Formats: sequence, C-alpha cells, structure tokens
Amino acid sequence: MTKKRFTLIQLLVHLVGWIPLAALAFDLFTDNLTANPIQAIEKRTGYTALAFLALSLACTPLAFLGWKALAQRRKALGNYGFLYAALHVSVFIAVDYGFNLESILRDVGSKQYIIIGATAFILLIPLAATSFQYWMKRLGKNWKRLHRLVYLIAPLVVLHFFMARKGNILNLTGDIFQPLLFAVIIGVLLLLRLGPVKAGITRLRTRLLHPAK
Amino acid sequence: MDSPFKSVPVKSSEITPKHVYLSRRDFIKAAGVIAGSMALAACLPSQEGAPDAVETETVSSPVPPAAENTDELGDPVNSFEDITNYNNYYEFTTDKQGVARLATDFKTSPWDVEVSGLVKNPGKFGVEDLIKKYQPEERIYRLRCVEAWSMVIPWVGFPLSKLLNEVEPTSDAKYVSFATILKPDEMPGQKEPWYPWPYREGLRLDEAMHDLTLLATGLYGGELPPQSGGGIRLVVPWKYGFKSIKAIVKIELTAEEPFALWKAIQPSEYGFYANVNPNVDHPRWSQATERRIGEISRRPTLMFNGYAEQVAGLYEGMDLRVNY
Repeated sequence: MTKKRFTLIQLLVHLVGWIPLAALAFDLFTDNLTANPIQAIEKRTGYTALAFLALSLACTPLAFLGWKALAQRRKALGNYGFLYAALHVSVFIAVDYGFNLESILRDVGSKQYIIIGATAFILLIPLAATSFQYWMKRLGKNWKRLHRLVYLIAPLVVLHFFMARKGNILNLTGDIFQPLLFAVIIGVLLLLRLGPVKAGITRLRTRLLHPAK
Repeated sequence: MDSPFKSVPVKSSEITPKHVYLSRRDFIKAAGVIAGSMALAACLPSQEGAPDAVETETVSSPVPPAAENTDELGDPVNSFEDITNYNNYYEFTTDKQGVARLATDFKTSPWDVEVSGLVKNPGKFGVEDLIKKYQPEERIYRLRCVEAWSMVIPWVGFPLSKLLNEVEPTSDAKYVSFATILKPDEMPGQKEPWYPWPYREGLRLDEAMHDLTLLATGLYGGELPPQSGGGIRLVVPWKYGFKSIKAIVKIELTAEEPFALWKAIQPSEYGFYANVNPNVDHPRWSQATERRIGEISRRPTLMFNGYAEQVAGLYEGMDLRVNY
C-alpha cells in the first residue's frame, strides 16, 4: 500500500481546472472585466467550459497515441467543463436576467443559439451527475453509452459559440476565427475516434516502430 | 423636456486639453484599483442605481463634467472611462477593452474627409477647418448597440446636414455612403481576412439630413479619442451603433443604396436601416431589453432608441419588419 495518492498529472489537471476561476475572481475584484462585467463573465465562463470539453475529448486520442496517463484524467477535465458551463448558465439566469423567467423564456424561445446552448447544458447534467464511482459501477456498460453523449454535446457547444459571435458560418466572414479553431480541434478529436482512422494510426505506428524486415 | 435632445454650445475655452483628460484617465485607473472591492459591491442588486464610477468622478476630477449630466430622459451620462474603454472597433480588435490600448498611437490629427459623388461642390475638408466653420456643440445621445447594451454619451459635433448643404447634393443623390480609413499597419484588425475592409456604412439622404444626425469631432468636451472614432465619426442615435461609422475619410453621395459591411456579411441579421426597434428581434440578441452600462438589471429598449418623436416620420408607410 505505498501507492502515491496524487500523480503529477493529476495535480496539474486540478491546478489548470481552478486557475480560470481564480483569474476571473481576481479580475472581478480589480475591476478588470470591462464596463460590461456581466457579459464579460458570461463570455469567459463559456469559453473556459468549451476549452475543458476539448481537453477532456483530447485525453482518449492522446492516450491511444501513447500518453497513457491521460486516459484517467478525462473525467476530471470533463467535470471542470461542467463547472464552468454551470457558472455560465447561472450567471445568465441569475445575474443577466435577474431570474426574470418571462424574459428568459421569451429569449430562449426565439433565439436558436440559446436553445442550442441550453440543450447542450441539459445533456451535460446527467454526465456530470454520473461521474462518481458509484454510478460507474452501477451503470456498468450503460455508463459508457451514456457518456458518448459528449460526442453530440461538443459540436452543439461549438455551434452555440459560432452563433454567439457576429459573423457568418456559411461564407466564413466576421468574428469567427475562435469558433472555427474550436470546430477544427473538436472535429479532429472526434475523427480520431473513428474505427478506420484508429486502425490506420495503429498500422502506421506498427510500421514506424517495427520497420519491414 | 422642451428640447428633443440636450444640445449645448461648447466654448473653445471649455474644451479640455488632451494632457488633462489623459491624466484624468490615469487617475481613474488608479482609483479603480483602490475601489476594486467597491466595484464588486456594486454588482450586488441592492446597490443598483449607485454606480461607483460616477461617484469617483465627482470627487476630484480635474475635468469639468459634461455640460449637462443627464440625457433628456434624465439618465446620467456614462463615465469617460467607460466610454473610452469599452469600444466595438474591430479595426483594432474584437476585444472591447483592448481597443483603447491598441489605438493609443493612432494619429487622428490632422484629418481630412473627402466628399464626392453626386454633389455640386466636391472637395476635401480638414476636420480642424470644419470645427472652425460649424462651431460644434455638445449633444448627449443614447447609444444602443445591437449586442443589447447601451450608454449615454456627451458627444461634441455638428449636424451632418451642414456639410451636406455646403457640398450641395444633386437631385439624383438618394443615399450617403461613408468609409473608414484603411490603414492596416496601424489598425491590426484590418489585417484579418474575415472582413471586407474598409468598414463602410450608409444612410438614406433624408436620414443624413436629419438634425439628429451628427458628425462628432469630440467627446466629454474634449477631442475625439482614437478609440471612440477620431478624427471624425458619424453618430445616428436612433440606429444600432454599427451604423455610426468611425474614423471617416470618405463621404460619397450616391443614387443607389450603398455598401454596408455588416449587411454584406450577414444580410439576414443586419439590415440597411438598422433602426433601434424592440419589436423586431435580431435572430440572436433579443432587442426587447438592453443593459445600460453601469447598471445591473436590464431595461426595456425604446422605439427608435427614444427618438421616435423626431424620426418616426422618416419611415411612415414602411414595414419595419421588412426594412429592419
């Protein structure tokens, strides 16, 4: 029983997880969140949530490519993604709209990007709720099936991000560079999970590691 | 309430020298750090209506505040600090707080505007000469951004109609087209390939001739800072902010509806008219409410941004859902 409680990578993940919140609190206390702090907080938490979602999705492909330690970290990264998504939604409901349900429903009902964002968040809730050991054991095979929802959630969040910016996805004009970057990153991370792609990488690696005799 | 807007002539002696308002900026910045925790307290709903920035300003500001401290509806003008550090100016950056820093070295004087097209007397006009000739006055206008935030801003400027009357549009002229300066070396955002630079906007001639339509050359009794659109900018208070084009170098009178940058990028969302209208929603931002900078709660958006009495007649008989 001389097992270390925390690995270095584990500590790093938790450090990275809390830094954005600490930075946000610091900027809030030093009045460094623009003249429109509520919108700035919404933007920052949303962006951070998407970044953690991407990091979480990067674990499996990177583990497959050889960085095995990462396989165990995707759950924590995903939970940090949920933390920032929850902050994002809470600020929207409680601070931006001051719990004015009528106003919220009118906006949610008529704004596609809010509907898409809200759908992504609602889908994220069961994933966060079942991230405990208890549920992993209890759900067995279904746990994995349930958590495949993230393959739907991530593209929804990217679409939400695209639509929250002033620009046009179809002709790629306007303020779309960051959403486009995330679309490419998430797209590649999802592509790397496809059977044929994985098989191709395995073949390539075998060839490189064991050159033809 | 007898005047449709606050209009106050500005004596040249009242115009604040640049070094004074720049030092004021440093002062407010320093005060902002000290008052950081107060600012947080101001975020609590119970503090609503007591914006700390305005208080800071009245304590020991070396600058005479805007000649009048409220708009005609009684709402206070926003602080110089907020107005000059929260800018939608994609030619510099999409980061509203970052514009001021990137625009520091942008040269706004001397500044020339070329007026051409369907006019009898085309020509190039120096902003300094325009200021001498047209005696700018202070006008306190609400600015409503399409992103659903708003400010009250004490501009200094003169009606665009004065310049148009001097160049005399011909009878064929139906529209006015405006273009921002193209200077990618000084405006890093103009190097981005995602926009059809330079920024261009347009008005119908009768909108351009309306007395509310201002060419602004100053702010808060001083000159117009680069991040706020200096050398010279348009201010059309009843339209969403993106119509009020900054750093204008070209004005052209045309017979056809001119190019407008956001309309070209996304015509389903940004119309040519872009009148503030709480009843016609932008597909992404609700236009029914807005957040006044410095306030916590949203407030209802007013038809034509509160200038309906003055401008509704321009659009009589038009379907504003179609002509958004």
